[in-house]
Amino acid sequence: MSEIDSTYLMAFFRLAGERLEEQRQTLCSLDGEIGDGDHGTSMANGFAAINARLRDLSAEPAPPARLLREAASAFIGEVGATVGPLYATGLLQGAAMLEEGPLDARQLGDLLAAFARGIAMRGKAGIGDKTMLDAWLPASHAAQRVAAEGGSPAEIARAAAEAAEAGAAATTSLIASRGRAARLKERSIGHPDPGAVSASLIIGAFAESREELD
Amino acid sequence: MQRFINNPDDIVDETVAGFVRAHSDMVKLDAENNRVVLSQWAGEKDRVGIVTGGGSGHEPAFIGYTGKNMVDATAVGELFSSPTAKSFHDCIKAANGGAGVAVLYGNYAGDNMNVKMAAKMAKRDGIEVKTVVANDDVCSAPATEREKRRGVAGEIMMWKIGGAKAATGASLDEVIATAQKAIDNCRSVGVGLGPCTLPAVGHPNFEIEPGKMEVGIGHHGEPGTRVEELKTANEVADDMTRIVLDDHNLPAGTEVAVLVSGLGATPVDELYVLFDRMASQIEAAGLKVYKAYVGNYFTSLEMVGATLTVLALDDELKPLLDMDTACPGF
Repeated sequence: MSEIDSTYLMAFFRLAGERLEEQRQTLCSLDGEIGDGDHGTSMANGFAAINARLRDLSAEPAPPARLLREAASAFIGEVGATVGPLYATGLLQGAAMLEEGPLDARQLGDLLAAFARGIAMRGKAGIGDKTMLDAWLPASHAAQRVAAEGGSPAEIARAAAEAAEAGAAATTSLIASRGRAARLKERSIGHPDPGAVSASLIIGAFAESREELD
Repeated sequence: MQRFINNPDDIVDETVAGFVRAHSDMVKLDAENNRVVLSQWAGEKDRVGIVTGGGSGHEPAFIGYTGKNMVDATAVGELFSSPTAKSFHDCIKAANGGAGVAVLYGNYAGDNMNVKMAAKMAKRDGIEVKTVVANDDVCSAPATEREKRRGVAGEIMMWKIGGAKAATGASLDEVIATAQKAIDNCRSVGVGLGPCTLPAVGHPNFEIEPGKMEVGIGHHGEPGTRVEELKTANEVADDMTRIVLDDHNLPAGTEVAVLVSGLGATPVDELYVLFDRMASQIEAAGLKVYKAYVGNYFTSLEMVGATLTVLALDDELKPLLDMDTACPGF
């Protein structure tokens, strides 16, 4: 039975780090259009710090909740801006879900929902505010829906990734109402939200690592 | 891009290294966190500690206001990007002399979150932390939504007055109340004539067409309230003064401190041209210029432009503004 366990999370962080590193410049340019141009740097460096921290953990695999708590701590030590506290809080909410040990892989949507809850709690944003939540929330809903319909772990993860990608693309037509881009008001229309785009890369890594392990 | 850069990713670390080396009589680097700049007087026993922090690229802000009777510990972020919660936390620990710590910072989403997380961590260490959030930038939100306004160069006045108040031996609550009064008594406006470029991005983050100016621009290039034809210095000074004084609505006879800061690439002589006209207009409005600061106090990389800050003074604030300081920024 496939699980959301330490092996899966390690694979996920590694792949998410690779995807963010590949898109470092693109994310910076997207952020340059409606923000301050550092989002690619923050995300790529933040996930690099997570991966460095996880590599340094003791040789025996740490329990999944500890992995996420360490990830949160590494991220907040490396990344300031808004993404630092947002992802750190999301990761800590995820850790709380894994306190009892690994989850069934079909519960990916619940884990994504926990991340989204942490992000929303810290940033006070909601769906349609042109933020990373426009990727995280649809992804968690899609994964929960496909799980309820009896989908396989791979199908569930794929649904999350597709919904995240669609959600990120849809931010292009939205008016930002949170963060620095909010000050652009209607001038933010026509540009995707870089936070939603990086979120879709991260959520894509959940699907990719599932495929890699299955 | 004609800039003095080694590797764009190293610019913040290299800036801080040069800064603490140049001003080692007043500041030092935290022993464990190279994104924390400490005053040589940080952590004095039983004095309220003053902490601030913000993105880099605004030099001499934020680090330049670290020093005696000023800020005790300053958290350094990436260019235009909030410092980490960990750096704010390390600042609070270093600034704490047992009488609590006042974090005086600007109203930006990232700083708000990171300071909040840091304050929570410090609370677990048993340190009492209170905050004042600067929101002096008039054009960033209407007066009815002042809590949404950004903090800009008025922060310098908040640090000066907050730091001086702490030096008098005041309690944390008193320091917070006075720092709050200082920022409540500040109004600022910025005008941009040319954009700036983050070295790692390599191209300007926004455009200002030749012959145009952006009135109400933020000091990361956040768009202003209007783009219009570039006018003469006197007309621009008149506009800026009007925006600040209309929002301020001060009674005649009020004494004020005036701070005119360049945004990085405007020659200092032009700042004096602006200031001369602004001071005339301020006095024509029945106010009295008690003290003036003209220069590059709070910049925005190489943005072309200037900001005006007017601080209304009273009998409490005047001696605090006058108190001697030792910090690289003044």
